Amino acid sequence: MSLIEIRGLTHVYSQGTPFEKAAVRDLDLTLERGGTVGLIGHTGSGKSTLISHLNALLKPTAGTVLLDGEDIFASKASIRAARFRVGVVFQYPEYQLFEETVYADIAYGPKNLKLDTAEIDRRVREAAAFVGLDEGVFDRSPLELSGGQKRRAAIAGVLAMEPELLVLDEPTAGLDPAGREDLLEKLFAWREARDAAVLLVTHDMTIATRCDRLVVMAEGRIVLDGTPEAVFSHGDELASIGLELPEAANIARLLRDKGAALPPSLYTVDALAEAILALWGKGGAPC
Amino acid sequence: MLKDITLGQYFPGDTVVHRLDPRTKLLLTLVYIAALFMVGSWGGYALCFAALAAVTAVSHIKPRALVKGLKPLVFIVVFTAVLNLFFTGGDDILFRWKFIRVTWAGLERAVSMVIRILLLVSGTFLLTYTTSPLAITDALERLLSPLKKLHVPVYELSLMMCIALRFIPTLIEETDRIMSAQKARGADLETGSLVERAKALLPLLIPLFVSSFRRADELALAMECRCYNGGEGRTRMKQLRMAWQDAAAFALGAALAAGVLLLRRLGI
Repeated sequence: MSLIEIRGLTHVYSQGTPFEKAAVRDLDLTLERGGTVGLIGHTGSGKSTLISHLNALLKPTAGTVLLDGEDIFASKASIRAARFRVGVVFQYPEYQLFEETVYADIAYGPKNLKLDTAEIDRRVREAAAFVGLDEGVFDRSPLELSGGQKRRAAIAGVLAMEPELLVLDEPTAGLDPAGREDLLEKLFAWREARDAAVLLVTHDMTIATRCDRLVVMAEGRIVLDGTPEAVFSHGDELASIGLELPEAANIARLLRDKGAALPPSLYTVDALAEAILALWGKGGAPC
Repeated sequence: MLKDITLGQYFPGDTVVHRLDPRTKLLLTLVYIAALFMVGSWGGYALCFAALAAVTAVSHIKPRALVKGLKPLVFIVVFTAVLNLFFTGGDDILFRWKFIRVTWAGLERAVSMVIRILLLVSGTFLLTYTTSPLAITDALERLLSPLKKLHVPVYELSLMMCIALRFIPTLIEETDRIMSAQKARGADLETGSLVERAKALLPLLIPLFVSSFRRADELALAMECRCYNGGEGRTRMKQLRMAWQDAAAFALGAALAAGVLLLRRLGI
């Protein structure tokens, strides 16, 4: 059974007022256990509205969200269960830190789960280790940390709930390239270790290339859904909804236009470099 | 959710009322309130109501918007009515049951108090519906400027009010965001005892405080970067100017006050 199954989801904001706006329209989506899914789309395409339905923060105007085949809005208990089984890290999560110490802040989620102290302790230490947060900062105030460390502490706070599906909204926004790479590595490692599913909302096409599956949204609907290879072969469609191809894919496209015999579906820098070198190896200038 | 609250909401428009100088509107609202308190007869209330209805019609404000604004007052209105109804003395008893007794005077008092509150609040709503918060602070600053002679920091006060008004929507948005984030971590804001619920607000209030201070810092820095300093000698982009419409409005305001006094005299 699929982990998440969304059927005919529609969400209309401010229904019945002049400000009425449909953010998500009649959307179907299934998410399986394991694997990293990238959710990409332009600002205002409905990504954030969609993810707020996954842990029952927003109630659909129409349609259902099934978690393990059960409607998450069935009862108060099922809503609460969804909050814990689906962990959502919102944009700039560091602004949610509030406890006196980093340790207490990471423990907030598990505490709400009513776990015993030993289990909470295990989870806090594990989550902190996953995001690369040194135990030395546990007793400090989260507000004293650096920006990157705050981000890690906030993400650890959600990881400590050990969700089956982890949703991250632009987790690397505002981080430098090294910090971004490092955080992504750690998130991928966490997913592997826990065999959880990760849904990554992003604008960054370089991050998108590293997902197992990509879902592209525009105007509240899913327009493309498939492997990165399949999605990036629709360059024109992506451009028409205001999204760019990853840089490597763009270069490959331009080279192909010039007559270079590059294989299709090149979208990572490594693969592109290899393909160009291979052409060179055969002798003869590629263009 | 939180976004739906209408507190001093401004409905942009382009009517005579919208174009009046905010100082005029502020002063006339005061005249209107004073007139309401001078009313001594049913005729006076009718006159005030007529004035309110006329301004509402001219400014194209939907009566429904006014009624919607009055809804939160239901409790106060009922409370006032009940107090006046049962606790006014008098001889001509209308109704008596055990220790409860209602007199004609009480009934009259209760009805007139309710009318007065409703007219008063709708009048001030008309001011905020037709005048942007910035224009109101501007007008307040100009009207209070004589107090500068008494070393009252009028300019700073109006700047503070201005900034506070500007950041209300931002704060509401921020509250929504933090609420979502903490709910996602299993915060339970709806159930539990009063103490538990108050405790559950901490994860909401602390980040809100922290971000407010951060924002204040950033704003101060941004203002200093643009060489902002104090009130003395500043000019403004939009100069307030009285026009003939303002004079006409003042005349109508004076007529309203005079009318109310006259009706009181005549006892109509």
